Amino acid sequence: MDDILLNLVVVIILLSNIRLLNTSRIPVMIVSVAIQGWVIGSLPLVLHWERFQLTLVFITLITVTIKGVILPRLLNRSMQQAGVIREEEPFVGPTSSLLIGLFLLSLSFWITSTLRSSLPEGLSFIPVLALFTVFNGLFLIVSRKKAITQVIGYLTLENGVYAFGAALAVDHPFLVELGVLLDVWVGVFIMGIAIYHINREFDHIDTDKLSTLKH
Amino acid sequence: MAWILVILPLLFGSLSLILRNHRIVWVLLLFGGILHSVITLWVWIRPIEGNSLVFLDPLGMLILTVTSALFLMVVFYSIGYLKNHKERSSLTVGCLFLFLAAMSLVSVSADMGLLWVAVEATTLASAPLIYFHKNHQSLEAAWKYLLICSVGIALALMGNIFLSYAGGDSIEGLYIPDLLQNANRLDPRWLKVAFILFLVGYGTKMGLAPLHSWLPDAHSEAPSMVSALLSGSLLNCAFLGILRAFGILRLSGLEEWGGNILILFGVSSLIMAALFLIQQTDFKRMLAYSSVEHMGILALGIGVGGLAGTGALLHLINHSLAKSFMFLVAGNILVFYQTKNIDSVTGLIQKTPKTAFLWMAGFLAIAGSPPFGLFMSEWIILKGLIDSEQWVLIIVYLLALFIVFASIAKYIISMTFSDSSPTVEESKGSFRRNEPLWMWVPPFLLASVTLILGLYVPQALLSFLSAIFPGMGGI
Repeated sequence: MDDILLNLVVVIILLSNIRLLNTSRIPVMIVSVAIQGWVIGSLPLVLHWERFQLTLVFITLITVTIKGVILPRLLNRSMQQAGVIREEEPFVGPTSSLLIGLFLLSLSFWITSTLRSSLPEGLSFIPVLALFTVFNGLFLIVSRKKAITQVIGYLTLENGVYAFGAALAVDHPFLVELGVLLDVWVGVFIMGIAIYHINREFDHIDTDKLSTLKH
Repeated sequence: MAWILVILPLLFGSLSLILRNHRIVWVLLLFGGILHSVITLWVWIRPIEGNSLVFLDPLGMLILTVTSALFLMVVFYSIGYLKNHKERSSLTVGCLFLFLAAMSLVSVSADMGLLWVAVEATTLASAPLIYFHKNHQSLEAAWKYLLICSVGIALALMGNIFLSYAGGDSIEGLYIPDLLQNANRLDPRWLKVAFILFLVGYGTKMGLAPLHSWLPDAHSEAPSMVSALLSGSLLNCAFLGILRAFGILRLSGLEEWGGNILILFGVSSLIMAALFLIQQTDFKRMLAYSSVEHMGILALGIGVGGLAGTGALLHLINHSLAKSFMFLVAGNILVFYQTKNIDSVTGLIQKTPKTAFLWMAGFLAIAGSPPFGLFMSEWIILKGLIDSEQWVLIIVYLLALFIVFASIAKYIISMTFSDSSPTVEESKGSFRRNEPLWMWVPPFLLASVTLILGLYVPQALLSFLSAIFPGMGGI
């Protein structure tokens, strides 16, 4: 039962990452990152089911609420206010993004394989997928133009870091997870305000138009 | 007790955000700034016990003292500056205090996790300060700052996770003294990964090339007193994160490996900064690239270790003093000329003699020429490099310093001494501009300390610095 659940989690993380890469529609991206938030937020509970603790349930509930409900709603609102629903001309198009995604996935396999011997048993592919999610987030940030898609990229990156935390640092969960929550919560909140200002000032949220400051 | 250093500015900051009256807020700023530095001084006289979250070790004390002293100077400057921006006083002062609280927390953190939270908090507290002028450029700068530093900080969090995993079952939590004591029990593979993540994460915030892209924008768009704090204190705080990780690495026997990576980042920052300094049109960006250069020197010195390490820590103090006073003077020039363009600023010496004098003194200081402290510390680092026989590094180091000196000289001399004939409006009024006390006293005080450190480095300071990392070597 555990294995089936874990494999399901792995598949959902993988699929959500791929979906994030090959779509240019922002509502789809928000839904993908929300699903990813649900799954990754519940990862501590799935991975450490046998060590059932109330604090674990508590942390999971908060994380899922923030990553899976509140932040996607905030993003949705920003999107509607800004009136953008498509990432028009990203620096890297959806198809090439997918190819780069495959490359990043194999890179994650390669990097984690050198560390695999010291990884705990029974984690399945979680470290690989966590690293892939981190890379994916970084790639989305550099390859997309709109401020809102960059925020989605940042959230993806955070999801990846969180997955690492859930897989590796369960012995000291509090600081790590509270840290992630603070980060996501305040960071994105302020970015939301920034998007609002960029939108109001420039009538668009393309960050590549933000290029008056050159070297 | 150490918590007071954090709670006090937090309290003052919240008060300034609630009480929106600008007069009350200025009084709060003055009072809070003085109180913070008094407590810092008190901690030197009466050392205090730490607990599992906060402590005051020599390294933290060094960063805390520099931060507190700079903040006090910035307080005096800010009160004068904010007289022309009354409506933004409340928010600015509130954020300045929150920024101070976050930076104090960085210096007193005894836990790598708490340190991380504090560094993140510095980003959030300072972003609104960069957006002070509320125009396109400052928005762009604040956006870049937030996004790039948040990514960096996320990677540093991964560093924390890996570090705690490297500890395995033998080490509970991320308490720094614990980690140092049991450093040889850490799994070296995971420790290496963790160190790289810390270096990239905090290095982004510290402005090490090639991760420095936010730095020139943020430093040039922020109001000058904020630039002074960003360059003089914030970069040190980020460096503290790297130093903590490097300290653990040293004791686990990976010193050489880690040192080489630090040297790599240091050299790339030196070269990058020197190249970008050759063609600058904006004098605040020029100062920002000079910060990148000096951060490179710090990383290089610590990476080489030994005498160069002691020199790097001395350089940290000198750079903070000199760069923050340069930014304050740059702020004066900006007030007088209303432009950051180097070519549009002419005849400083005729219009504003005090500012011009400080600007020239600052040039000598940041370009690392005698009689200022930066010459002294750069000299000690060079001596350390020679001791360790790193000939290629010596050539790169000297070449970069030379290019930096020549480029900065070109800009600053033309700004100060070029002829400027009074325009029509100017000839109606007085040609000489009025320079109120707040404009030149704080930078003058900072400059004096840099000068003193250039003429005479107390032996007590040197032995304090060389004791920070065991076996680093004195003079």
